[in-house]
Amino acid sequence: MVSSAFVDAFRFMPSHFSLLLEKAAQTAELAFAALAIALLIALPIGLWLGHRHRGLPLALGVSSLGRSLPSVVLIGLGIAILGVGFWNNALALVVLAVPPILTNTYFAVEGVDSDAVEAARGIGLTETQILTRVELPLGLPLLLAGLRIAAVFVIATATIAGIFGGGGLGDIMARQVTYGLGGVFAAAIWVAGLALLTAAALALVQRAASRRMAPRA
Amino acid sequence: MTAQRFADGPVIPNFGKPSACLRDNGWFCTDWIHEHWGDTLQPALIQHIQLTLIAVGIGFAISFALALVALRFGFLDPPLGVFTDFLYTIPSLALFQLLVPLSGVTVTTVEIALVSYTLFILYRNIVVGLRSVPPEVLESARGMGLTRRQTFLRVELPLAMPAILAGLRIAVVATISIATVAAFLIEDGLGAPIFAAIGTPDLFKTELVAAGGLAILLALTADALLTLAQRALTPWNRVR
Amino acid sequence: MPTEAAELVFDEATKVYPGRDAAAVDHLSLTVPAGEICVLVGPSGGGKTTALKLVNRLIPLTSGYIRIDGRQIGDYDVTELRRSIGYVIQQVGLFPHMTIEGNIGTVPRLLGWKRERIRDRVGELLELVGLDPEEDRKRFPAELSGGQRQRVGLARALAANPALMLMDEPFGAIDPIVRARLQDEFLRLHREVRKTVVFVTHDVDEAIKVGDRIAILREGGRLAQYDTPQQILEHPVDDFVADFVGRDRALKALTLKTLGDLELSPATDDGLPRLSADTSLRDALAVAVAERREALLVVGPDGSPLGVAKREDLLR
Repeated sequence: MVSSAFVDAFRFMPSHFSLLLEKAAQTAELAFAALAIALLIALPIGLWLGHRHRGLPLALGVSSLGRSLPSVVLIGLGIAILGVGFWNNALALVVLAVPPILTNTYFAVEGVDSDAVEAARGIGLTETQILTRVELPLGLPLLLAGLRIAAVFVIATATIAGIFGGGGLGDIMARQVTYGLGGVFAAAIWVAGLALLTAAALALVQRAASRRMAPRA
Repeated sequence: MTAQRFADGPVIPNFGKPSACLRDNGWFCTDWIHEHWGDTLQPALIQHIQLTLIAVGIGFAISFALALVALRFGFLDPPLGVFTDFLYTIPSLALFQLLVPLSGVTVTTVEIALVSYTLFILYRNIVVGLRSVPPEVLESARGMGLTRRQTFLRVELPLAMPAILAGLRIAVVATISIATVAAFLIEDGLGAPIFAAIGTPDLFKTELVAAGGLAILLALTADALLTLAQRALTPWNRVR
Repeated sequence: MPTEAAELVFDEATKVYPGRDAAAVDHLSLTVPAGEICVLVGPSGGGKTTALKLVNRLIPLTSGYIRIDGRQIGDYDVTELRRSIGYVIQQVGLFPHMTIEGNIGTVPRLLGWKRERIRDRVGELLELVGLDPEEDRKRFPAELSGGQRQRVGLARALAANPALMLMDEPFGAIDPIVRARLQDEFLRLHREVRKTVVFVTHDVDEAIKVGDRIAILREGGRLAQYDTPQQILEHPVDDFVADFVGRDRALKALTLKTLGDLELSPATDDGLPRLSADTSLRDALAVAVAERREALLVVGPDGSPLGVAKREDLLR
């Protein structure tokens, strides 16, 4: 059984390559749109709170609330309130992506060595300059780690949105009658690939960022 | 495969004699919740707790063993870290599906997937916890004549507790959340009524809210209980 | 191992770390008589800490012997050996998750002492090191100051009544004022429980203050001189030792005696500075210089005049 399912999947891939590509693009589009919106919301708040060393309960609360919200429930609520659609699904994904980005940004900035910040203030950098030239670069690796968690999370959930009519690779996975078991497996493999590629890309950026921080490490 | 009913042919649940609330597909129809607590919600909740406990229990045992191996043979730590990270990165829906050829459309498949998600958090936290023991504490333990075993049980393990319990907390909450996706594969846990609700033509709001609310409540309760346990078990962390 | 005080003998003890050519400790031979404090001092790279850790086998010997009351350390079971030797380190290494009582009682618990006996012992030791036997026993290490933690470290090392104590720069991380007090208390404590002590420091003044005997180690772990503080200050064997103890060794020697040790002239009360008999000659000289006086009035503990010390008497 192991072999036949995967053999079917790998037969499906070349024969339905353009379909898979189109569906993968849909999933990616949904995920990255949500991620971008989440970044726009969470980044400024996290940076500001972290810089002011304020709002620790908020950061912790958001992160634990974010973890306890099952993605399926959120997708369901999104459909129930707004109906099925690209931006409706994107909104549900934004809600999921904000907590990890917000929390990591907060701790990335908050955790920057206070001596470095004090030295920067001492040589006359403004608060904005401290944030953009000292805290942000020093906190970048941790911030990117949060982005990676959010990205993986959002791709996984975008797939789930797909099985409820949201399009993308999840759509193939929910239609075994149409695409056959091979199609379902092919889509699952592509979903995994999409998540792993995104995570790997962000991991590389993260590594470059932390290497710049500590060249000897 | 159960998944196909959502797109290819949703199952219409039998509402019985509908109340006004149910006829309007209200958000929180208490009559339905009352009526179906015993046959739907409660069993799903219990299944969900079982799914979670088994996954975290097995995940913890595996992570602990892996952490001990990694601490003994340091060169194994990076590959183990990458491997658990890899498993954690595969989207749940895909992992559930990809495991089917291995173990079929069964609870085993679901548990394997859930276990593999716990490994990343638990393994990392156990390793970090055990490594965080200050070298001077280990030296004084050795100098006082504690054996390897005594040092581990009386010093290293208790000092790693905060990190281990923090990892356990995150793993439990994450597993409760991800376990709802298991209903894609098998009708088990709180995911089953949630999937059923979303799959209903008009989307059955009361069932979604009731089952989803239970999942969130379960996660928050587990979070609170484990936080309390963490405080009770590590009194030395509360001082100052 | 006897529980009062043991004689410790280094006999050609040598340590060469794997992959190194030079020895860390090179044919070290010296005897620490039972009940005395031997200070190992020297520049970094002198192998002081290595020599100390050879004794409780935290570092294995390469060659030579170390004997405790005539028995070679290699003949002991290593766990038993370590449990019978008190060990104090600079960073203290208290167990953060145990109360003070739990920390001090660790070795007695491993040795299977009864609960009441451990409780009593903890109280006794807390009192001995100057902590509150009731208040402090339930506290955690994080609640104590650095000085208090080191007292607990000392109490923990003494818990099972070892015949030998190893102390690796025990007061090195503590600020000078508290350090001086801890040194005084340690000496008082040592008069009460006469353990054999090997004490490592890089601070010559500390070595002179606490040591009955001082072993000066030079780079490469070779023994330069092993003598009483007096002898080392007055008769350094070579330039290395003379340099190491410093140009002010004559002044340092003054710290070894007190006004009470001098032969005093009859007391005449003409407004001389009054100093108690237990003032060191060095402090007395400092007062004489600061106040531009040729003589000082020495008084007893009750303030009654004992006699007059002239400035030149101090320097004799």
